[in-house]
Amino acid sequence: MQAFTQLTGIAVPLDRANVDTDMIIPKQFLKSIKRSGFGPNLFDELRYLDEGQPDQDSTQRPINHDFVLNYPRYQGAKILLARQNFGCGSSREHAPWALLDFGLSCVIAPSFADIFYNNCFKNGILPITLLDEQMDQLFEDAQGQLGFELTVDLEAGLITGGSAGDIAFSVDSFRRHCLLNGLDDIGLTLEKTSQIKRYEQKRQQQAPWLFV
Amino acid sequence: MASKTLYDKLWDAHLVSQQDDGSCLIYIDRHLLHEVTSPQAFEGLRIAGRKPWRIDTNLATPDHNVPTTMDERVIGVEGITDPVSKIQVVTLGDNCDEFGITEFKMQDERQGIVHVVGPEQGATLPGMTVVCGDSHTATHGALGALAHGIGTSEVEHVLATQCLIQKKSQNMLVRVDGVLGDGVTSKDVVLAIIGVIGTAGGTGYAIEFGGQVFEDMTMEGRMTVCNMAIEAGARVGMVAVDQTTIDYVKGRPFAPIGTNWDLAVSAWQDLHSDTDAEFDHVVVLDGASIAPQVTWGTSPEMVVPVFARVPNPAQEKDEVKASGMTRALKYMGLTAGQAITDIQLDRVFIGSCTNSRIEDLRAAASVVEGHQVAKTLKQALVVPGSGLVKAQAEAEGLHTIFTNAGLEWREPGCSMCLAMNADKLGSGEHCASTSNRNFEGRQGFGGRTHLVSPAMAAAAAIAGRFVDVREFKGAL
Repeated sequence: MQAFTQLTGIAVPLDRANVDTDMIIPKQFLKSIKRSGFGPNLFDELRYLDEGQPDQDSTQRPINHDFVLNYPRYQGAKILLARQNFGCGSSREHAPWALLDFGLSCVIAPSFADIFYNNCFKNGILPITLLDEQMDQLFEDAQGQLGFELTVDLEAGLITGGSAGDIAFSVDSFRRHCLLNGLDDIGLTLEKTSQIKRYEQKRQQQAPWLFV
Repeated sequence: MASKTLYDKLWDAHLVSQQDDGSCLIYIDRHLLHEVTSPQAFEGLRIAGRKPWRIDTNLATPDHNVPTTMDERVIGVEGITDPVSKIQVVTLGDNCDEFGITEFKMQDERQGIVHVVGPEQGATLPGMTVVCGDSHTATHGALGALAHGIGTSEVEHVLATQCLIQKKSQNMLVRVDGVLGDGVTSKDVVLAIIGVIGTAGGTGYAIEFGGQVFEDMTMEGRMTVCNMAIEAGARVGMVAVDQTTIDYVKGRPFAPIGTNWDLAVSAWQDLHSDTDAEFDHVVVLDGASIAPQVTWGTSPEMVVPVFARVPNPAQEKDEVKASGMTRALKYMGLTAGQAITDIQLDRVFIGSCTNSRIEDLRAAASVVEGHQVAKTLKQALVVPGSGLVKAQAEAEGLHTIFTNAGLEWREPGCSMCLAMNADKLGSGEHCASTSNRNFEGRQGFGGRTHLVSPAMAAAAAIAGRFVDVREFKGAL
């Protein structure tokens, strides 16, 4: 996994609540058996006017110019500003894969759905939770100022660039550590092999029907 | 000893280690796999040169992509006409063969939707931790298990380590007291709950469903409720173990036998919240006041009783919510104030991991028996949840009732719930669906989903529009 330390980039404001993972990456693109290549189909039903199909050349498709990700001013954005309950619904990890493939590696929202939030950390994406009023201010900045950029510093736990000054944020220390160092969870867990085996022995005595 | 909730007990029994920041390593007893969220996990194992930790805890079946028409199914995997779908089903088979994982392949009678198959086989048991790369894994919590959906990285993590890195959720009790009225089902109960707590109301919580309504409910009804915990934002939904649970599990192929059965049943007696256990949040509903529910919008929380009208965004004080409602009305092609019973339907779908079990099919069949599907309907599909559910339904003659009434009787799979196979809505079409999500485009590009119970879907199929199933005969 790629480490996340510091990021500076354009922030694109997606002003709707309850954005679900079906919306982030529609089902027809889940048929891939790879982890990459989902970027052209991120928010497919919002970005394009036609119905997208896998293996289609997206550069030839009719664009929905009313969708914020297509506004010229937000091209090359690296940070997504979102509303409540972002990433609800399906557990598909294709959603963070699509965000990352598109170039968005930080999502800032007042709240996230649990599974999506968790999936972000496994893929080098930093999800940041802020208060509603802090979000409102960032939305205003991003909608109001052409080329509005933010800098997100995970080490310092600080977002800079907003008109209301620096914003502090926090992330669980273990997740932060893994993200900062791009660590593979599985390798870390396997360091606890003897503990897992001890648990299994104890559990087998307590619940032998689970070990037949 | 401090009193514990059911969730506390299940969590503590599976705790392998805990770090200072609250990150825990949790042991997983059962891992279910399907073709969509597993290929990248197996690929990851191969690249790292890792092997599954405990092969016997894994059970796989293809469900999301499989075709549901007999024409395609009879040929086997080669008969899947969509080449991309075929690759995923083939890949699951290859991966399971390579690693020695038990798989109910497409032509196995035990194949079906993974959340129907697990309980049906006794592969998910009370007291287990159950995970699957699918958010509807909460279904298995109906058995008094700790069950939740995971992403593909976690699928790989469970395969490699038999554990997951987790933080403990908070405890929520959703208590529904009293007795449900006639024609009101488990689906109506869970939709009503989501209507009250909202689609993010359960975020960060594990929900226990308690109270007389759930005590009286069948196992299959409890599965329908727990299945949709995720639509209220909670990864985990569960119901305490009682005699109904134990009677359900007994004699199933993967259930313990002999001395192990006795030991298990004795241990399962403790799988309930202690009487004085404290919950972080409690929600109470009155079962008798719940009516058959219909969703009108593009989030499961956008739900009203069938006799109500489509709500008006102008009356919503929360700005973000009001704009969501306005957007939903536009997408759904509905007007504020319109009666739910005036919504004309194009298709009906009876199936999905929420409502494709034998009781669901019986309920739907009893409504359509002796009637004909409305001429205005393009299609009414009945898709059983597994090959065994299909066989049972056919033994009871339900398939004949459906086909005589003009509904299509299909092969098991996820089907139109998420439209990864050929079963989907056309743009602008309204569908009465027994599935779990009414998101934009969920059942097909531009498709308009209304979530209902199987009985309500069946009545809607006959009437061509929504009708209150309690007044069904009079409404025709």
